[in-house]
Amino acid sequence: MVNLIIDGQSVEAEEGWTILEAAKYYGIDIPALCYYEGLTPTSACRVCVVEIIRGGRSRLSASCSYPVQEGIEVRTNSKKVKRARKVIIELLLASCPNSRTLQCLASKYGVTKIRFRSEDRGCILCGLCVRMCEEQMQAGAIGFVYRGVGREVAMPFHTKHEACRECGACLYICPVCELPCRGPMQPGELCNACLDTVQLEAFPCKD
Amino acid sequence: MVKMTRIDSPSALEHYRRAIKEKRAKYVKTVSVCGGTGCQAHECGAVYEALRAALDENGLAKTVELRQTGCHGFCEMGPLMVIQPSGIFYKKVSPEDIENIVEASLKGNKVVEELVYEDPVSGEDIKKESQIPFYKKQKRLLMSMNGKIDPCNIEDYLAQDGYSALVKTLFEMEPTEVIDEVENAGLRGRGGAGVPTASKWKAARKAIARDGIKYVLCNADEGDPGAYMDRSLLEGNPHAVLEGMIIGAYAIGANEGYIYVRHEYPLAVDNLLVAIDQARELNLLGDDILGSGFSFDINVSIGGGAFVCGESTALMASIEGRIGEPRVKHIHTAEKGLYQRPTNLNNVETWANVSLIINQGAAKYKRVGTKNSTGTKIFSLVGAINNTGLVEVPMGITLREIIYDIGGGVPKGKKFKAVQTGGPSGGCLPESLLDTPVDFDRLYDVGSMMGSGGMIVMDEGTCMVDIARYFVDFLCDESCGKCVPCREGLKQMLYIIEDITEGRGTLEQLDLLKELAEVMRDTSLCGLGQTAANPVLSTLEYFENEYLEHIKMKKCRAGVCKSLITFNINPKKCTGCMRCRKACPVGAIKGKKKEAHIIVQEKCEKCGICFEVCEYKAVVRK
Ligand SMILES: Cc1cc2nc3c(=O)[nH]c(=O)nc-3n(C[C@H](O)[C@H](O)[C@H](O)COP(=O)(O)O)c2cc1C
Ligand code: SF4
Ligand code: SF4
Ligand code: FES
Repeated sequence: MVNLIIDGQSVEAEEGWTILEAAKYYGIDIPALCYYEGLTPTSACRVCVVEIIRGGRSRLSASCSYPVQEGIEVRTNSKKVKRARKVIIELLLASCPNSRTLQCLASKYGVTKIRFRSEDRGCILCGLCVRMCEEQMQAGAIGFVYRGVGREVAMPFHTKHEACRECGACLYICPVCELPCRGPMQPGELCNACLDTVQLEAFPCKD
Repeated sequence: MVKMTRIDSPSALEHYRRAIKEKRAKYVKTVSVCGGTGCQAHECGAVYEALRAALDENGLAKTVELRQTGCHGFCEMGPLMVIQPSGIFYKKVSPEDIENIVEASLKGNKVVEELVYEDPVSGEDIKKESQIPFYKKQKRLLMSMNGKIDPCNIEDYLAQDGYSALVKTLFEMEPTEVIDEVENAGLRGRGGAGVPTASKWKAARKAIARDGIKYVLCNADEGDPGAYMDRSLLEGNPHAVLEGMIIGAYAIGANEGYIYVRHEYPLAVDNLLVAIDQARELNLLGDDILGSGFSFDINVSIGGGAFVCGESTALMASIEGRIGEPRVKHIHTAEKGLYQRPTNLNNVETWANVSLIINQGAAKYKRVGTKNSTGTKIFSLVGAINNTGLVEVPMGITLREIIYDIGGGVPKGKKFKAVQTGGPSGGCLPESLLDTPVDFDRLYDVGSMMGSGGMIVMDEGTCMVDIARYFVDFLCDESCGKCVPCREGLKQMLYIIEDITEGRGTLEQLDLLKELAEVMRDTSLCGLGQTAANPVLSTLEYFENEYLEHIKMKKCRAGVCKSLITFNINPKKCTGCMRCRKACPVGAIKGKKKEAHIIVQEKCEKCGICFEVCEYKAVVRK
């Protein structure tokens, strides 16, 4: 067993767990978008960042892949974490303003405006579909193409790949190709209808 | 070259070395023609061929040694030629000059005056390489070998006592002693962050290789725009890098190595492959090196061609044949790197320093440099600077010395504005910081970094907001696009800066820019995203006025941001000479001969050609 501190609580975790898994086990909620149980974590979305204090040094790290380590202290809701998380949610919303998942995250974590230029791209490039197709459906029919801001998920040569059995697992797992948020907002705006149900923090941080 | 034989003991190597030196004692003069990439662009190959033919014709081939070497650094003046032992230096040599050179300097001991370098500052003729200001303040511990050896001939490297550090390591030192020596020398990685090399080696040595395989890698991806020091080391002196890697592998206990070279560097790849073959033939690489019982071999891997492939985990993915994308490294690559095995990665220049340390000893090595940044660093000095080229300087030299004493200052009498160090993720430093000593920590303290050694000088004609835009734009394309803060953050950063350069910027956006920059630094997955905001942060820090001018006054003082400038003709000064009217590429200028002209603003594309061509200074840029 590994001993560590999460949000001020001393906890034990099993060797090989990630911080996200350990936190979940103890009922501490950390948002995660590109993480899915059973798929290899890639730590791409960064909404799961937490503050990790190790050897006196503090830094933000993705909890979905960070293995629990003896003696570290983790803060899931410090000022630093909250601020970074909000900007990341804001950045995600600017790229997929109508996603219900993202709208809910915004309300839950108190994001009340998008200060960036919105452009609906219909995909947050979390890569869940790519990993689902490859790791669970054993098809590997879709993948990432291009790099940087031009990155996309696509089938090779943009035509239907013979490995695709149209199983729909990619659609199932996608956090943004669901029915859009039905709040009162105009396209590109924030709904914030559930803003008042702001997240209950199990162990609020005192900083 | 004679067929080489396998050497299986240190004494056999020394014997071979002596034979090479004796064979060469008959030469009274040596001519080095630079064959580096810069000089190749100036057709140094033809110079070499012409000289080769002339030596044969004049019966000089037996007494004059001719060699085509790697880059000498002063690419501005290429093709370069140096004649030893006198040290005569000729610049911009063409095949037509060969006859004169042979008569004057090879048959006789005179100098061909036309080819001598003239100091642009003092106007003096300078005959010897060592006297040229460009070289004088440099400390060419690594680069000097480039001028002395033919990279495709291992005998040249051996004649310069090459591989003696390897012999010392394998036969007189324990692996941990090698690490101690490197630690005492204070060597820090030249690939970017300046990580102490010995601590990386220790971690890799300690790591357990489950199947007995450990790797050492050499990072020759060199993706910084304008940087080419790693290239010139590999092209000009590949054995120094090989020797460093073999020593490192011995210290760590690695048995396989890879050199990851950018695919745009074909000459470096060719020279490396030749060097590796020759080293293998002599038993300096492969099984049971020099009969020591230590075995190690090196492969060359050709890069995927993206800037991000220089990042350690992306580089390893790329060698494994996967897409060159960074991954999280909560477990250090020293333990799980290439193919999940213990791996140590160092930069080309870091590796090239190793044999120097072993040969000289740590104590002597660290006499050069500052307390926490020892040795020398090679920079590629480019931009608004008189002497462009590669400069190797002792750590601790000031930026001012590099730019003015070595680089000869800013050309065309323009004023200096900023110097950018550290590549796309470095920072821009203003005039007031020119006396900053160049070392890892001091550059970091002032908001820039050493990086791998790019140094871009900018004059008053540069808009600092536009420079920030340029680097952000570069990184938008070069980010792998995997993680949100880097991919989306860079895109939004570019939008904000574009708003500013196009006159739509607001003061709130300036705050947003700072907030975004911090989040990108703290939460991006790899070093690219973590440092991507540096050009923005450093220009904001030192040139905030320019941002404010763009936002509040809609003014670009350098006249670079097209949306913020207009060109007009002052009718009082205009003589109606029609020069600008003819020059304007879009026909935006109207007016009759000898009458004042006007610029039709709707048509004007703001190229500034009229401004350049008007002899009466009648075109006004605002
Ligand atoms: C985006 C990115 C690009 C990099 N490019 C290079 C490069 O071209 N060459 C290099 O040596 N190191 C590069 N690095 C640094 C390497 O990751 C690594 O730290 C270095 O090669 C280690 O060698 P050193 O310890 O000898 O400096 C890059 C890092 C990042 C984050
Ligand atoms: S920081 Fe940029 S380059 Fe690095 S993993 Fe994230 S997107 Fe890719
Ligand atoms: S070049 Fe100058 S002087 Fe001549 S017509 Fe144009 S503006 Fe007038
Ligand atoms: S859930 Fe951890 S980075 Fe996306």
